[in-house]
Amino acid sequence: MQIQELVLHKAEEYLASGKVDRVLAWKKGETFYDNSPAIFTKDNLNGFVYNEFCAPNLSKYLVNESKKEGKILVFLKPCDTYSFNQLVSEHRIDREKIVVIGLECQGMLDEKKIYNLGFKRIEKVEDGLDNIIITADGQQVQIKREELLSVKCVDCKSKEFAVADETIVVNEMKQPDKNSRFSVVSELEKMTEEERFKFWQNELSKCIRCNACRNVCPACTCTHCVFDNNKSGIAGKANSDSFEEKLYHIIRAYHVAGRCTDCGECSRVCPESIPLHLINRKFIKDINDNYGEFQAGKTVSEHNPLVDYTKGDCEPKEMVGK
Amino acid sequence: MQRIGVFICHCGTNIAATVNVEKVTEALRKEPCVVFADNYQYMCSENGQQLIKNKIKEYNLTGIVVCACSPRMHEGTFRKTAEAAGLNPYMVEIANIREQCSWIHKDIDEATEKAVILGRTAIAKLTLNTPLTAGETGVTKRALVIGGGIAGIQCALDIADAGYEVDIVEKRPTIGGRMSQLDKTFPTLDCSACILTPKMVDCAQSEKIKLFTYSEVEEVKGFVGNFKVKIKKKARYVDETKCTGCGVCMANCPSKKGLNAFNMNLNTRPAIYIPFAQAIPNVAVIDPEQCIKLKTGKCGLCQMKCGVGAIDYTQKDEYVDREYGAIVVATGFKPIDLTNFNEYGYADNKDVITSLELERLMNAAGPTKGVLLRPSDNEHPKVITFIQCVGSRDVSGCGKPYCSKICCMYTAKHAMLIREKYPDTEVHVFYIDVRTPGKNYDEFYRRAVEQYGVDYIKGMVGKVYNENGKLMVQGSNLLDNTQVVIPSDLVVLATAIEPDPSVRDIASKLTISIDTNNFLTEAHAKLKPVECATAGVFLAGVCQGPKDVPETVSQASAAASKVIGLLAKDKLKGNPCVAHSDEMMCTGCSQCARVCPYGAITYEDKTFGRGANATVRRVAVVNPAVCQGCGACTVTCPSGAMDLHGFSSSQILKEIDFICKK
Repeated sequence: MQIQELVLHKAEEYLASGKVDRVLAWKKGETFYDNSPAIFTKDNLNGFVYNEFCAPNLSKYLVNESKKEGKILVFLKPCDTYSFNQLVSEHRIDREKIVVIGLECQGMLDEKKIYNLGFKRIEKVEDGLDNIIITADGQQVQIKREELLSVKCVDCKSKEFAVADETIVVNEMKQPDKNSRFSVVSELEKMTEEERFKFWQNELSKCIRCNACRNVCPACTCTHCVFDNNKSGIAGKANSDSFEEKLYHIIRAYHVAGRCTDCGECSRVCPESIPLHLINRKFIKDINDNYGEFQAGKTVSEHNPLVDYTKGDCEPKEMVGK
Repeated sequence: MQRIGVFICHCGTNIAATVNVEKVTEALRKEPCVVFADNYQYMCSENGQQLIKNKIKEYNLTGIVVCACSPRMHEGTFRKTAEAAGLNPYMVEIANIREQCSWIHKDIDEATEKAVILGRTAIAKLTLNTPLTAGETGVTKRALVIGGGIAGIQCALDIADAGYEVDIVEKRPTIGGRMSQLDKTFPTLDCSACILTPKMVDCAQSEKIKLFTYSEVEEVKGFVGNFKVKIKKKARYVDETKCTGCGVCMANCPSKKGLNAFNMNLNTRPAIYIPFAQAIPNVAVIDPEQCIKLKTGKCGLCQMKCGVGAIDYTQKDEYVDREYGAIVVATGFKPIDLTNFNEYGYADNKDVITSLELERLMNAAGPTKGVLLRPSDNEHPKVITFIQCVGSRDVSGCGKPYCSKICCMYTAKHAMLIREKYPDTEVHVFYIDVRTPGKNYDEFYRRAVEQYGVDYIKGMVGKVYNENGKLMVQGSNLLDNTQVVIPSDLVVLATAIEPDPSVRDIASKLTISIDTNNFLTEAHAKLKPVECATAGVFLAGVCQGPKDVPETVSQASAAASKVIGLLAKDKLKGNPCVAHSDEMMCTGCSQCARVCPYGAITYEDKTFGRGANATVRRVAVVNPAVCQGCGACTVTCPSGAMDLHGFSSSQILKEIDFICKK
């Protein structure tokens, strides 16, 4: 694919010129979908990949990487750029040491959805923009792209780059309707309290406390997480209830409230497919409704309606949403 | 392991009538770490305190729990008691079994059970207490008074009299405030200006008082004893040091159509003006919205005519940084906006006026030179109807739920003055109740009725409408249950008063809490009426609640005495229950600084580890002298790095555990 070559070429160009010392991108894994974040250097660009299975948001890796010597180049999809800005706002990454290249993204694919189509042996998955061409079990099938989108891409929040020193965009990216992602939250809001509780009890009870959601979350960058810190008094609390996981997830949602950019990584990595992003998205919707539209990470700014007081803030009795 | 003593107070029957104190004592005695528990009739009495002191020594206690009234009442008392017996005062916990238990429950079993839970919770918290020591800070020996009305003036004079420097910041071009607009003052009917202007002059002449008129408080930083305030001096376009107040500029100004706010917009004034003859400072000011020179660049007449060269069209807003030990808020009031009260026809009829407008119409320095002429045609009104409680005691949502307190008296005053000066005038007053508590107040009102024959009608007015040039006031007379329509020439609305709108901004800058009616909240309604929750900030006048001149002056002097008491100290003991950041946990995300109302949190880059392992991390640092211990940072911090001495997260979680424990 054309874009893959352009991206690789860009990495090579920056490394060769010495403008950066390292490149943070994705590396091909054993299977067609298994691309994971990796650091590349001038001498080692083996396995470099950019395709429809590069869902991991690379921003969080910069917390450690930007502390190291030298400059680093990072490739960010539009939605990843918001996490990047948020981390710069929180002084977690050093913007000066980073070159940001924004990449075209037509929405990443979910391998689980492909497997759910019933193929036994998948040979090849090709991206045809609108359609995905799957070669499997000796036949070729075309499936509409939107049917295979990763959970984090189904309700894409934006195709605009919040930050980028350069961009690589070959095909036009269609800007999504900015409010469509909240319709799924509205559905939850329409439920009765009991229905909603049941819904979440059912979902959260699947949680195996693997901590993947926390570990991948770009808003979870604490030096010591409260859940790992016995002194915090929370670590034990999260386990002390028969419906134990709710506390863990609710505490986590509160910790990232106002800072979550809705990148959807939590739901993507959840091995139990819990729609964790919906808890955060509910918070985002409430912030929008109560304090005016706010997108964390849209700009580098310490502003966050939940920690800022303005005279225009609504009074508690005016709060919308229950 | 701590050795805890528990002391349960009966508070006479306040607690003991609803809470079985014996049962509470028995139950709490069995709690872990408790080595002694007893109850007593009045724990705050000298004997009660002696009991505590004796038991601390006898049982070698490391901490005490007092189950009694709200900590706001006696936490300080019991801390001193503990300290006198050699304990650290912060090893004292109060379980509030009065306000939060006995007073709100009727059932003895329920109340007793709850008292046990509250006591147990306090014991649990105390097991995690650590001795704390308060730091000390110095005191800047100067006070700031915000607002130059009678409250601010009296307060400043008292503070200056005690020998301390004091600044008055007044947003208008002159001090004097609302009182300077009044004609006569009840209940003695002395002329307002005659008693106010000497005080204004005293302010101007005092060496200790510095006036910042036409100025506003731009920014407040710091804390009790050490406030740093940025004052914005708005451009007057007149050099204060040169202007002599001769008034030549006013006479020559061609732009004369500005509304005269001092006369409640009843007449006009030139673009360059001195608000009134006795203004302090007696210095002109140019209204930039109205001045032809400032708007178009052409004119400059005042500059040409000014004999001392005081006019300066290039003047800019100026900022002055000052330091203070204490701040008094005295921002005063304004009459409410009457747009919600169409029924009285205020907007449509020139002859429906507010009481403050009437003050100006009756004042010798007012637009009619003190001759009572109605605004529409400058005729003497023969029938005048007053309507009381316009917007006061109004729970409909249009007005204010509170009583504005001054209207009954000033309406009686107006009625009496009119009958005195114009005996041929008929005066009616519609009222809901006449409220005249106060020295010589009821006598004053009775004089209006009995001696001056003012017609008081108990009832509300439904509407005021214009019919053939007469204002028809339609109301009910509740005493003989009839409908009345009074054809009047002038209708005066005793308009409710509300805090000056600037108070909201001041309140947020000083972190003073504000009630639903925008009145500032005092620290305690009865026992701390001029203090507020922010240490070093005091309240005077109507900004705290409706009050008349005598009450305002008393409160201003009370606030002054609190300021003097504060400034007289060389060192202030801080509050050790402040926030602190665990730098090993802090990620430097900056959220805590944003929620801190006091600006107590800063960040520094700190190196952790050595040699090859060294990393630099941004971490939060709390200034304990600025921190007020509100805890906003601790609940905002996602890492749990911020914590509060005396109210640590682990203590609060433990309290919750013990409340929820079955």
